[in-house]
Amino acid sequence: MKDEKIPAGEELVCGVENRFDEDRRYFLKQSVTIAGLAFAPASLISGEDNALPESFGDTENVKLSIAINGKKHQLNIDPRTTLLDLLREQLGLTGTKKGCDLGQCGACTVHINGQRTLSCLTFAVMQNGNKVTTIEGIGTPEKLHPLQAAFIRHDGFQCGYCTPGQIMSGVSCIREGNAGSEAEVRKYMSGNLCRCGAYPNIVNAILEVKNSGEKV
Amino acid sequence: MKPFQYLRPSKLKAAIEMVSGDPQARYIAGGTNLIDLMKRGIVTPEKLVDINHLPLKKIEYKSGVLRIGALALNSEVAAHETVLQKHPLLAQALDSGASGQLRNMATVGGNILQKTRCTYFYDTALPCNKRDPESGCSALEGINRLHAIFGTETENPAKTCIAVHPSDMCVALSALDADVLLSGPGGERRMKIADLHRLSGDTPEVDTTLERGELITAVEIPDNAFARNSHYLKLRDRASYAFAIVSVAAALDIDNGKIRTARLAMGGVAHKPWRLIAAEKSLEGQPVTESSFRKAAEVAMVGARGFGQNDFKLKLAPNAIVQALLTAAGIE
Repeated sequence: MKDEKIPAGEELVCGVENRFDEDRRYFLKQSVTIAGLAFAPASLISGEDNALPESFGDTENVKLSIAINGKKHQLNIDPRTTLLDLLREQLGLTGTKKGCDLGQCGACTVHINGQRTLSCLTFAVMQNGNKVTTIEGIGTPEKLHPLQAAFIRHDGFQCGYCTPGQIMSGVSCIREGNAGSEAEVRKYMSGNLCRCGAYPNIVNAILEVKNSGEKV
Repeated sequence: MKPFQYLRPSKLKAAIEMVSGDPQARYIAGGTNLIDLMKRGIVTPEKLVDINHLPLKKIEYKSGVLRIGALALNSEVAAHETVLQKHPLLAQALDSGASGQLRNMATVGGNILQKTRCTYFYDTALPCNKRDPESGCSALEGINRLHAIFGTETENPAKTCIAVHPSDMCVALSALDADVLLSGPGGERRMKIADLHRLSGDTPEVDTTLERGELITAVEIPDNAFARNSHYLKLRDRASYAFAIVSVAAALDIDNGKIRTARLAMGGVAHKPWRLIAAEKSLEGQPVTESSFRKAAEVAMVGARGFGQNDFKLKLAPNAIVQALLTAAGIE
């Protein structure tokens, strides 16, 4: 997939805020929570007519323009939201898994502008203007990605929890040219842990797709 | 996580102003270490200044100097043609660090400024002089297998810290005698990478000599004659994706079977990337033999001390130095 940046959002400018403003905003946020909107998808509360105040440099509510699996989203989010939590909790894309949530296990691997990254270690707002691809974006049950099909053929999982991250990372590993041998695959896949120990089968799945020359 | 204000400046000056005047403000670039620290409540900024939109990504070579922008990604630097050609040691060190995903996120500036991975620093239930000054060092009598063997002296033992700097890249930069370019409220300056990180001393909470608001803008490496004979050796508990127990960056300029100049630095052994100047000097003019390397390793180990579980490093480190030099020299 050819990745090019979608136009980045405007620059965020720092506004000096006084304590009163912060308190008022906190009150507003609480009010909205009480009104029961807190669990609504962010996309529902991000329109122009929403009750949340809009301002840049806010502690609670920052604009985000992001493309996920080819679909553009305009959102208002708490800047503390990691990309992983945005995907899972707000956009319902639960294919990307939360393992350690500390950047150690690789279960949350997604592609940002075509490069594999850890979605738990980046705030979603930092990805403004970028293109994200998740496991949901590379294949469908009807038309599996070649590496998804290879994982099934080679039994590349047991519990399956690390699998989306393994596959997203494996696709990158092949694209980067780092899947030339078993040793190379093991080295460049070392950021993806599998507690079931399906490593030999994962390596075989990746090597098979790499050696088939199929486009990934 | 504590709420924070998110700011995204596009100009260097604006970014520096946002951080220099506010002790609660922090820069964020790749975020691979800072977000981890924020999730654990170890770093709690009220203002996060995202510098990813500053024009600091370029890697360029001009009149004998390779200049790497502070926002260049670890993966970009490791795969850069000029880096591979002129400073393969740096590419090797970068490639041995972290994972494919993290190298795609972590920047050069962030790599330099990353915090130690001492488990007690991250465990907020236990004392740590670096996280909570004068609370004590849990590693001294605790699990210190990965800890420092050099530069741990302090006048006040209550303020001890025996944590190590975790970067591989900085060990290579140290051996390559890189300059770090800085921009801050007081203007621009540059310093040797060796002067940027501190030993823990009596203030382990201070990792670097940077001033508040000062930002790393680039790293510069001057041309050298080491490209043909250099090696980064990293010893760790796993074959890949683990921090160094001991690492060695070795570089030799060999002329007619004799060493003209040598560069040596170690990782995983001190609070900062540990340059081995005396050992370098001892190699000058010596024949390229294992016995020269063995002598240099002895010189390198002067002043080393273990803390129990890491005593094995006192044997491992000199052997690692010899092995790295042998590989750099193309002997084995």
